[in-house]
Amino acid sequence: MKFVAVIRQVPDGESRLKIQGNRVDLSGATLILDQMDEYAVEETLRLKEKHGGEAIVVGFGPERTEEAIRTALAMGADRGIHVVYEGFADPVAVAEALAGVIQEEAPTLVVTGGQQADWDSQALGAALAEALGVPVVSWTTALELEGETAKAKHDLDEGAEWVRVRLPAVFTTQQGLNEPRYPTLPGIMKAKKKEVKKVAFQGAPKVEILEETIQEKTRLQKILDGKDPVAAAEELVRLLHEEAKVL
Amino acid sequence: MVLVVLDHDGNKLRKGSLEALTRARALAEALGSKVVGVLLAEEKAPAEEALAYVETLYTATLGPYTAEKWAAGVLAAARQVGAQAVVAPSSRQSRTYLGRVAYALKAGLLEDTLESTVEGGAVVATRYAYLNRVTQKVRAALPVVLTVKPNTTPLAEPLPTRGEVKTLEVPSVPTVEVLERLQEEKKGVSLTEADIVVTGGRGMGSAEAFRLVEELAALLGGAVGATRAVVDAGWRPYSEQVGQTGKTVQPSLYIALGVSGAVQHLAGMNKSKYIVAVNKDPEAPIFKHADYGIVGDVHQVVPALIEAVKRLKD
Ligand SMILES: Cc1cc2nc3c(=O)[nH]c(=O)nc-3n(C[C@H](O)[C@H](O)[C@H](O)COP(=O)(O)OP(=O)(O)OC[C@H]3O[C@@H](n4cnc5c(N)ncnc54)[C@H](O)[C@@H]3O)c2cc1C
Ligand SMILES: Nc1ncnc2c1ncn2[C@@H]1O[C@H](COP(=O)(O)O)[C@@H](O)[C@H]1O
Repeated sequence: MKFVAVIRQVPDGESRLKIQGNRVDLSGATLILDQMDEYAVEETLRLKEKHGGEAIVVGFGPERTEEAIRTALAMGADRGIHVVYEGFADPVAVAEALAGVIQEEAPTLVVTGGQQADWDSQALGAALAEALGVPVVSWTTALELEGETAKAKHDLDEGAEWVRVRLPAVFTTQQGLNEPRYPTLPGIMKAKKKEVKKVAFQGAPKVEILEETIQEKTRLQKILDGKDPVAAAEELVRLLHEEAKVL
Repeated sequence: MVLVVLDHDGNKLRKGSLEALTRARALAEALGSKVVGVLLAEEKAPAEEALAYVETLYTATLGPYTAEKWAAGVLAAARQVGAQAVVAPSSRQSRTYLGRVAYALKAGLLEDTLESTVEGGAVVATRYAYLNRVTQKVRAALPVVLTVKPNTTPLAEPLPTRGEVKTLEVPSVPTVEVLERLQEEKKGVSLTEADIVVTGGRGMGSAEAFRLVEELAALLGGAVGATRAVVDAGWRPYSEQVGQTGKTVQPSLYIALGVSGAVQHLAGMNKSKYIVAVNKDPEAPIFKHADYGIVGDVHQVVPALIEAVKRLKD
């Protein structure tokens, strides 16, 4: 069996972002394996440990994305494939580029993050499923293999549901799917020797970024001492009523 | 043609559908085109209400929702009318099935947009990125698939004349089998549409203590929100979760009670007009993102807040 995790490298949410020219400048940011994709890697590792086979990590992005692929290899994935592209590409273009590579592996299933921490897209898993001609289960919180099918629990806008799906299929992750492991030192050493195949991106982005700006609202930061809760509450309600005019 | 996807709860159009209609009409006007609607139903759909807003409405009843069936329905309508643009209210479900549609149409996908215009025959839109911290201006040539972020757009008015219904042939597609729906009891104001949101975090201490959060929210006519920590603890349902992996809200007033202010939580509420925090730790990150706050114990401060609001209302 082959379990594929599709990953990207993104800035750590705690990193400060700057604008250079009219675009986000990531040069000072800490770049990490997207946490939502971390759940995907962990899930493929657990499936492999339970059912045997291979865990393959497929990454899309600039040269530096190899760092995130190596992180996944250090967690325990067997080998990596890196579709290299230095610019920005939208989920439809990425899905187009990845579908061929993934199809060649004929995987049992594919898992990817529910939302990307840079483009804030939720569409890659669905676009990939369309490209592969298979169903998608989004926001997955539980996944079990049952022969040729999988049983999964996933979140809807309101509520959740259990579904059964014939494999192969694409799953996108939700927080709570699993608790990702940390790479161990031996894992990191081994990862250095694991194969990462490089593939050139062939495709045309369909969306272009014209401008990026950071408009953080300056907050008033009027913080009251709550030692006397009744007085503090009274003052807060007064401020919300008279100053902010929201009550 | 501009195809608008009308979302509903079985009985009524969702407010987001009226926002999507406004956007669709503006795009159609700029493109010298027309708006047609598609209304997909599990069993029942408010076709009568929808006919007040579009001249032509494609409808199909598809049984339990799956991303594949909904994608097939929208695609069938898009192909039938030769859609240059598909416009829909943004929700997690729509952002899933429209990912399929965008791929099938080889369209530019503009997710969760704040505004959209036509410039030089292409669609230009703004949206948030980097966990809601960056505003992006993006452009895509036609065809495009565009979702509309809730509470960004004026609601459409009905047309002077009623439209006509056309039944849509939706091909059957390989999809998932729905085994069991875990419905949540819907109560109070919808989180994404609420003008005031009162969120409780782990600092509330227990599921029982959320009575205070509910009481304050009800008093203010607002909705209850929750952090992931609270949802993981089983104190509140996932549909109330605010943040990166929950809902994104942008109310006039966001009140965070016993919430630390993790980036993943901020991603869902940092665009709120006013943010209020109550936390016993003066160093809690949430205070850096707050307009007003009280350093104190929620078990003392929240009852006092409830009383103070009651006095204001009297
Ligand atoms: C990929 C990923 C996605 C995530 N998505 C989300 C998301 O969508 N939404 C989300 O919320 N989180 C999300 N998280 C989790 C997030 O990182 C935090 O763990 C979570 O937001 C913390 O919730 P909290 O503030 O309720 O709890 P805590 O961080 O435990 O904070 C509790 C706060 O309450 C205060 N407190 C305690 N007792 C009292 C008292 N008696 N009175 C007053 N204050 C008190 C404490 O000082 C503390 O600041 C995500 C994490 C990851 C990795
Ligand atoms: N996935 C992405 N989402 C949004 N913007 C991106 C993405 N990848 C790259 N960028 C932008 O492209 C510019 C160059 O990035 P890079 O080539 O990835 O170093 C950065 O300033 C980013 O703003």
